[in-house]
Amino acid sequence: MVTIITIYSILAICLVLSFWKSKQKTLKAFKIATKGFLKTAPSLLTILGIIGLLLGILTPETISRLIGVEAGYLATAMAAILGAITLIPSLVAFPLAGSLLHSGATIMTISAFITTLVMVGVVTAPMEIKSLGKEFTLLRNGLSFLGALVIAVIMGVILQ
Amino acid sequence: MNIIKKFKAPIIIGFIYLVLAFWLPDTAGKSISVAIDYAKEMVFIIPPVFILMGLLEVWIPKDKIQQWLGSSSGLKGILISFFMGTLPTGPLYVAFPLTASLLKKGASITNMVIFLGSWAALKIPQLLVEIKFLGGLFTLLRFVLTFTVIVIIGIFMEVLLKKKTT
Repeated sequence: MVTIITIYSILAICLVLSFWKSKQKTLKAFKIATKGFLKTAPSLLTILGIIGLLLGILTPETISRLIGVEAGYLATAMAAILGAITLIPSLVAFPLAGSLLHSGATIMTISAFITTLVMVGVVTAPMEIKSLGKEFTLLRNGLSFLGALVIAVIMGVILQ
Repeated sequence: MNIIKKFKAPIIIGFIYLVLAFWLPDTAGKSISVAIDYAKEMVFIIPPVFILMGLLEVWIPKDKIQQWLGSSSGLKGILISFFMGTLPTGPLYVAFPLTASLLKKGASITNMVIFLGSWAALKIPQLLVEIKFLGGLFTLLRFVLTFTVIVIIGIFMEVLLKKKTT
């Protein structure tokens, strides 16, 4: 809700300013917007489909079963991989992580799950590739995965 | 023909749904309801983002973007990218086309990696939920470490990708 209010307020202010300064340029902006939208529409649909499939199969219960039972580095590795391939809204992910922590998962495992979840986007990669290229996408996500693991280890050591 | 080619991936995924509906109807039902939930979100968020992108292309001149976010923008560029990323502006996939137009206008790779990274990992509404469920210390530590790592990745990627193009 906050998101929608913010984004539409920004849009409203920009549109009023734009119309006031030049009708023609504003129309051109709409044309660019339509063109950009049509170009990304197929990958948007793809992402939508993949998110549905992934979250339908990897439900929060399944994830907590996969991460929660095993202790040690295997659980951390599993958490990192699950975090990287899933795309869960923070309103679901953080309560899930919190409950896993209470039920005995280590800080390192929880950190790995959260950091890869927010830093690596396998599901959104098709769209990232379409907009920014394969090389950029692979590098950014690959390096982010490594970075996320480093962060998880540091957090695990400090907060132990 | 052209349209079919363009929508090849969504069509394949639609087919997977169909198979799943016969094989595991429960899972298929769950998947469809998740997809519908996300579709609702997209319907509201996608149009304004693309219009903002159009306005950006029309109104913001190239030299301004270069000055604010270009290779020589330094600490100012990093802070602007970070700040823009943390605003509550929706899911990451809407940031990609936006990033592409900023790059075209002369923003540096470092700054755009920081922008995307903050957008994904350091959003303000997300941090509030994180503090509630994982505690302030966890959130603060993750915030500081993530920001540091994102800046390092950004600088590293600029070096790597620049070398290739020149």
